[in-house]
Amino acid sequence: MDSMALVSLKPNQSGIIKEISGGCKARKRLYELGLYKGASFKVVKNDIGPIILSLSGHKLALGRGIAHNVFVEH
Amino acid sequence: MGGIFLHTIALVGNPNSGKTTLFNALTGSNQHVGNWPGVTVEKKEGKFKYKGVQYNVVDLPGTYSLGAYSEDEMIARDYILKGNPDVVINVVDATNIERNLYLTTQLIEMGAKVVVALNMMDEAKQKNIEIDLCSLSKGLGVPVIATIASKSKGLDDLIERAIQYANESENSLLSFSYGENIDREIERIKTVLEESNIEYPAKWIAVKLLEGDQGIYSLVEEDTHPIKERLFSLGHKATEYELEIVDKRYDFIGSIVSKAVKKPVDTVETTTDKIDKIITHKYLGLPIFALIMYIVFQLTFVIGGDLLGGYVAGLVETLGEYAVGLLTMVNSPEWLKSFVSEGIFGGVGAVFEFIPLITVLYFFLGILEDTGYMARAAYIMDGLMRALGLHGKTFISMIVGFGCNVPGIMATRTLDNKKDRMIALLINPFMSCGARLPIYLVFIAAFFPSHGGTVLFALYTLGIVVALIVGKVFSKTLFKGEISHFIMELPPYRLPIFKYVIRDMWDKVWDFLHRAGTIIFVVVSLLWILSVFPLGVEPYSQESILGRIGTILAPIFAPAGFGTWQATVSLFAGIAAKEAVVAILGMVYAGVSEGSQLVSALQNVFTPLTAISFMVMTLLYTPCAAVIGTVKRETNSAKWAVFMAVYPFVLGWVLAVLIYQVGRLLGF
Repeated sequence: MDSMALVSLKPNQSGIIKEISGGCKARKRLYELGLYKGASFKVVKNDIGPIILSLSGHKLALGRGIAHNVFVEH
Repeated sequence: MGGIFLHTIALVGNPNSGKTTLFNALTGSNQHVGNWPGVTVEKKEGKFKYKGVQYNVVDLPGTYSLGAYSEDEMIARDYILKGNPDVVINVVDATNIERNLYLTTQLIEMGAKVVVALNMMDEAKQKNIEIDLCSLSKGLGVPVIATIASKSKGLDDLIERAIQYANESENSLLSFSYGENIDREIERIKTVLEESNIEYPAKWIAVKLLEGDQGIYSLVEEDTHPIKERLFSLGHKATEYELEIVDKRYDFIGSIVSKAVKKPVDTVETTTDKIDKIITHKYLGLPIFALIMYIVFQLTFVIGGDLLGGYVAGLVETLGEYAVGLLTMVNSPEWLKSFVSEGIFGGVGAVFEFIPLITVLYFFLGILEDTGYMARAAYIMDGLMRALGLHGKTFISMIVGFGCNVPGIMATRTLDNKKDRMIALLINPFMSCGARLPIYLVFIAAFFPSHGGTVLFALYTLGIVVALIVGKVFSKTLFKGEISHFIMELPPYRLPIFKYVIRDMWDKVWDFLHRAGTIIFVVVSLLWILSVFPLGVEPYSQESILGRIGTILAPIFAPAGFGTWQATVSLFAGIAAKEAVVAILGMVYAGVSEGSQLVSALQNVFTPLTAISFMVMTLLYTPCAAVIGTVKRETNSAKWAVFMAVYPFVLGWVLAVLIYQVGRLLGF
């Protein structure tokens, strides 16, 4: 399976975090908030504004800028 | 002599893990919470008694990690390292165990005595999550106790175990591999560190240094040159290691959790999901937010003003008359009677009359905070905020500022980027705090009695708009650069626990009362003295010292329509504390009209137009001394504190003048 950017996922689609690129600081923060490699998630909302993900029922809002740097397996 | 005495328990945990609920449940009503101006907002402290022994509980800020990412994290870390708590209770959300344990592993690595309170067990059960406590405890090497803080369940067990554990000499030092390469580097740094006799676990320090945590150097007293050199020689590998360390921690957590936790794969749509579909909707989100705020202000006005306000005002008046009557009876001197009736009851009493309103406003803001709506407000506002060059989280600090700007400014600590934080901090005072409310209320009562809620809503909105515009200007001029990414948890909606909402509300009201009784009393007393001297002049007249000072400064405000010495003096007194504005107006006008009829006195000297320009001035001008002090402390710079005092004054003045002049041209 190819990895794709998180922003291209639609609501209710789920996936697994594969890789996060971009600044080290932001990357580390995402890890600490539970978006570590291998974490599975579901997209709750992706229209305007930050994307909302659900990580085992817990919601995380993610700015679109950084969501471009999150690569996932769908 | 017999055994070790336990003094302090620290509470640590992720935001929304129920940490504060646990703190409230432990300390009950018999507590002292210092979470408001003057008292430190960094950490709350409380006390409780268990089996006849008194314990201190320290509630540290909620954090996801203990790095140097934000101010909050550093406060929590420093306290655990240097505050020497006897035991650390780590509150873990049982429904989100992996992420919560990330903090736990760091705590244990730090060498803290950790007891895990596995909280929200009821919600975990609801979600069919099964947790084997023994296996979890074995994996982590620390005690794990199941709790439901919101229902006060499991607390006795928790305390019992925590006390017992604190007295045990054994301490778990987690040891897991970070992979061959990193382990080797850790060993290398450890060797250097161990030579220098540090008091913190060498391995933890080594890991933190490899994580690129610069703040750690301050803990290492000896020469750190060899370590720095070693780290520098890692080059680009350093970044790799940094992320690798996080990965390995999660690997370790994963290995524990896979043994101890069973949870269903697919989660069903929860109530939170359903509510969020509407609340965070792309078109509905913003109007709903505006509507909620509007309703809050209307309700504040109806309940706090119309329903309850009159009683307190009546009480103050009756008490005032009674006190003066009493003084007359004992033949006390005229000046004392004047001080009591105009100074205390006219001045300080004028502030007291607004307590019901402030109480109600705090109540509603508390509910918004406790339900989890605040995070949604930040989410909804992020788009708009971003367009203005601001971070969405800025909005939370702004809403907190409605209560008081001091905690509002403190709340900017969650903004991890310096630029974002500085802007959020400098625009916070435009959020109209509770202390400014009485000013609007007294002018509304005098000039717009039938449109109270609307005027109030308009003023608060103006504050927000000015804050946003100023923020935009700052992000284009003083603080250039990228806005940091929006990353935020949206906690599940929860029904607020009324007991705690009410308690928090009382804490804040109590502080308001306390300020009225101390700082405002002092300011009013000083100004009272100035207003009756020199002896022989008509008290509260232009010939008094106060009147003369006011007269000299009054021309400044003439273009804004309120160039009277009374208004001038009240504005300057407001810099000490905003409540003093009404107190001083009450005092100086109580002198010219019978009783403490401030409202009717204002009707004689202001017009609806000058009332508006005056309210706008008080909304925007120089924040109170407590805020300026906080800005100095938080920015560590006197320059910014001066800036904070000056630019809002200029801005408020310009806007007030604009309103008055344009209004006059339009024939108002």
